[in-house]
Amino acid sequence: MEMQVDQINPTHDRAQSTDKAMLPSASQAWANRQQAAATVNVEAQSARMHAMIEAPSRDDLNRLMQAVAHDRDRAAFRQLFEYFSPRVKALIQRQGATPDVADEIVQETMVNIWRKAGQFDAERASAATWVFTIARNQRIDLIRKANRPMPDMEDPSMAPAPEQSASENMVQAEEASSIRAAVASLPAEQREIIQHAFFDDKTHIEVAQSLDLPLGTVKSRIRLAMKRIKSRLGEIE
Amino acid sequence: MSAFHHPSDALLLDYATGNLGEGWSLAVATHVSMCSTCQESLAEMEAIGGAMLAADVKPAASCDEDLWSRVAACLDDDAPLAKPFAQPAAQSAGTQSVAKSSVLPAPLRDYLGGDIDALPWRRLGLGAQQVVIETREPGTTARLLRIPAGQRVPAHTHRGQELTLVLSGAYHDETGRFARGDFQELDSDVVHQPHAEQDIDCICLAITDAPLRFKSLAAQLAQPLIGI
Repeated sequence: MEMQVDQINPTHDRAQSTDKAMLPSASQAWANRQQAAATVNVEAQSARMHAMIEAPSRDDLNRLMQAVAHDRDRAAFRQLFEYFSPRVKALIQRQGATPDVADEIVQETMVNIWRKAGQFDAERASAATWVFTIARNQRIDLIRKANRPMPDMEDPSMAPAPEQSASENMVQAEEASSIRAAVASLPAEQREIIQHAFFDDKTHIEVAQSLDLPLGTVKSRIRLAMKRIKSRLGEIE
Repeated sequence: MSAFHHPSDALLLDYATGNLGEGWSLAVATHVSMCSTCQESLAEMEAIGGAMLAADVKPAASCDEDLWSRVAACLDDDAPLAKPFAQPAAQSAGTQSVAKSSVLPAPLRDYLGGDIDALPWRRLGLGAQQVVIETREPGTTARLLRIPAGQRVPAHTHRGQELTLVLSGAYHDETGRFARGDFQELDSDVVHQPHAEQDIDCICLAITDAPLRFKSLAAQLAQPLIGI
């Protein structure tokens, strides 16, 4: 199974996101840029250019999320829908769902984004990561008909977590394109296992069986892959 | 608090991707509630999921207006916005004493309520007790085990996998010492003989997908009595 990893220059997204001060609203900001990109496309008269309409940056998506949470901004929500719904659908279908079931999961995911927008915390995760967890939980609920036991990040029996060092929260703070580049740079045997984890509905035990690999080999590849992703993102900073 | 023994990255990744069964997930979620190291690792894995989700899609998969109208029909401006970090589990256990409720972290309270002494403990052999935890998804058995202080559990292997998470007290076996928050992940090839430490009963969450296989004939004969 091939993974589509875009090889965007990691600094690209960040360069786009420095313009927040001059823009009237989050939804307007991205809309303006989309329009500008569309105009360029028309001038170029290239169908291929259409696929390259620039993706919203992490900051763009955060602003759209905040507009939905604080102002109940439907225009911002529509833009989140345009961005996330085809992506959630593609991921869920890749994990084996039929188009109808995938649509149902997309619908539930989007409605949950609207309803739970106030729970989104840009300090903890990117909007894409938050949406990933919502879609994941909807998939468990609708396809597996199972509960999702959720950890309590504020457990009273737990002493306050030590201050995160820069290396610890590196992965969460990265732009999606940098994380994908880090995954793409893994040795093939590690990348393959990470792809199976995210794009198949298989556990690591099932992946070991399907690839006819010893369980210990799959476990150590996952451990090494996580370590490499972290250190690779550390180098970029 | 950060535990000493953690789930493997492989198991944590299964939980992060949503591919891990409900019973196993209960053990992972409960451990993560007690372990800042694993909270961090889980967040990193979810960030990778977010990055995979955010990858470019084919232009053909553009906006589905039919789906939009279905979603738009569900948007209700008047519906109160869900509060940040609402914790229904913590609320349901609100009146319990801190000592009692803190034995069971939130994921377990969601299944069992907050008071560990009010649970329907059932006697097993060797003075042990258990509470079986009902899950929506079949395939695994989740149970709380209470092993009397000082008790030695007969040596056994596992036909399948076993996850053990210590909630109170401690035990040790051939591989080390396990206290509150510690997580043990055992595959079918490991023989172990857990030994609860003196002074305090050891309460664990144990998830299995097949009955244990005891080594000694005596323990095998007693297995229906022991009940696990």
